[in-house]
Amino acid sequence: MTDEKTLVSGIDIPSPASATDDGGVLGTIGRVGASRRQFIKGVISSGAAVSSAGYVFGGMAGCATEEAPMAGGVERLISLNVNGETRRVDVLPYETLAMTLRYKLGLTGTKLGCDRAECGACTVLLDGVSTYSCSTLTHTVRGRAIRTVEGLEGPNGELHPVQQAMIDELGPQCGFCTPGQVMAAVALLEANPSPTRDEARFALSGNLCRCGAYDHYLNSVMRAAQSA
Amino acid sequence: MSKDMMRAFELYQPDSVENAVELLGRFGADGWAMAGGNDTLDWFKDRVKYAGSVVDLSGVEGLSGIRETADGVEIGAMTTLTEIEASPLIQERYSVLADSARRVASPQIRNTGTIGGNVAQDTRCWYYRYGVDCYRAGGNSCYADTPQGQNREHCLWGADRCIAVTPSDTAPALVVLDARMAIVNADGEREVPAEEFFIGPEIDIERMTVLEPGDLLTAIRIPNDWAGAQFYFEKVADRNTWDFPLVNIASAMFVEGGAVSRIRMAAGAVECVPRRLSVVEEIVTGSAPDEETAALAGQAAVRGATPFNYNHFKIPLLENLVKRAIRDS
Repeated sequence: MTDEKTLVSGIDIPSPASATDDGGVLGTIGRVGASRRQFIKGVISSGAAVSSAGYVFGGMAGCATEEAPMAGGVERLISLNVNGETRRVDVLPYETLAMTLRYKLGLTGTKLGCDRAECGACTVLLDGVSTYSCSTLTHTVRGRAIRTVEGLEGPNGELHPVQQAMIDELGPQCGFCTPGQVMAAVALLEANPSPTRDEARFALSGNLCRCGAYDHYLNSVMRAAQSA
Repeated sequence: MSKDMMRAFELYQPDSVENAVELLGRFGADGWAMAGGNDTLDWFKDRVKYAGSVVDLSGVEGLSGIRETADGVEIGAMTTLTEIEASPLIQERYSVLADSARRVASPQIRNTGTIGGNVAQDTRCWYYRYGVDCYRAGGNSCYADTPQGQNREHCLWGADRCIAVTPSDTAPALVVLDARMAIVNADGEREVPAEEFFIGPEIDIERMTVLEPGDLLTAIRIPNDWAGAQFYFEKVADRNTWDFPLVNIASAMFVEGGAVSRIRMAAGAVECVPRRLSVVEEIVTGSAPDEETAALAGQAAVRGATPFNYNHFKIPLLENLVKRAIRDS
């Protein structure tokens, strides 16, 4: 309860409904230091919070209000370990990790392409293993180390060797699939620092590139493997 | 209607098999056991299927991992396909299973996708997936079995109103290995042979396996019978990644004194269930696994196949895969 900004990160998104004078329901609770149970009750009963989530999730606005989930399931306020930091966030039971990362935590480096586990743009690492965040419920990754493309940045802002290699080899064209390709390559090189080109091709086979820059990406991975 | 946003559901995260079964039993038809979630969330996002209470199995103790037992190997239902393809124990004794797991979907899907989810997944018939009111969805027609129906991916055998096929790559391997599926519900545990675990439309047109609401597949037990056999697995699909099989084949055989002493073979994506090729097994047993035997077996394997407008190609495809399995394993 010490860090208000962290606490409210789940719902602290600009929204006409939650932008009340007192800073919104969550801001109020954060200041008076209410218990977690009261906090969750506040979130559930608060129309402001619900409509805020609806704003963030666009088309989901209707769902959130028309069907109040029955009690007894997961608690919505959870801690996630994202890029080495603990982030407190309010997560719906049916929310995917890609949604949480992009629209609750502001980590928009993770892209949403197909939203069906068929393209790889949303690839993140869970405990070092590449995973489609569009097809993973956020509640199932509590306690796991989540790494996104933002987490690759070095202490002085330098690029990860894979990212640098992608620049040097002109890896991406349009760039939309690049964060996913980077994460798949990082997972590969951490498990196997000197892969063959075929191993790299296999490891990146779960990431589509509509520009067809596959060979450039492979060149980048092989360069990164040599430079590491 | 939104095609991306899931309808709201409540999520439960039991930590034991006992609790999971209790929850699934309580929710009945409104409950949904979720393993890796890859297929589950697609159904929900497409708004074709819905469950109000989803039971996430990822935190259930004891459902994951590969264990050596007195008479074989037990694989927890929540073991990922990546763990199976990388397991030295599976590679050494049952390489056909490791090979089949390696050909499923994409690396990321194998990293979260589980063996239990892979065998329990629903069919990929794209009319059914689209949400039309076909037989399998409780309606009274089949959209694939019509003069204009796009049935390139559909069955060669076992058509009974529905003509969809099993999409699993690991299922034929498990049938070949004579695996046993451990299923737990409120009444206790039962074991079902892999061959009987998968069911066709003549038994129940609305499900692909014997699993009923309240049932939980907890483990897959592979006996020693076929450990260390000469194995063969091949999958033919449009792309090497993601795509489901057009036909796949798994086989295990022992050769003694130049002749096949024992053999088991199964093919996927040609019937609603993995098709055990008993006729091939009978023809091949006692013969040398050579070109001549392979040719005979291939012809026998496709006898009685009944293709639809667009899936004739599966007949020579299956025939050739059978030949290769005998000749090249």
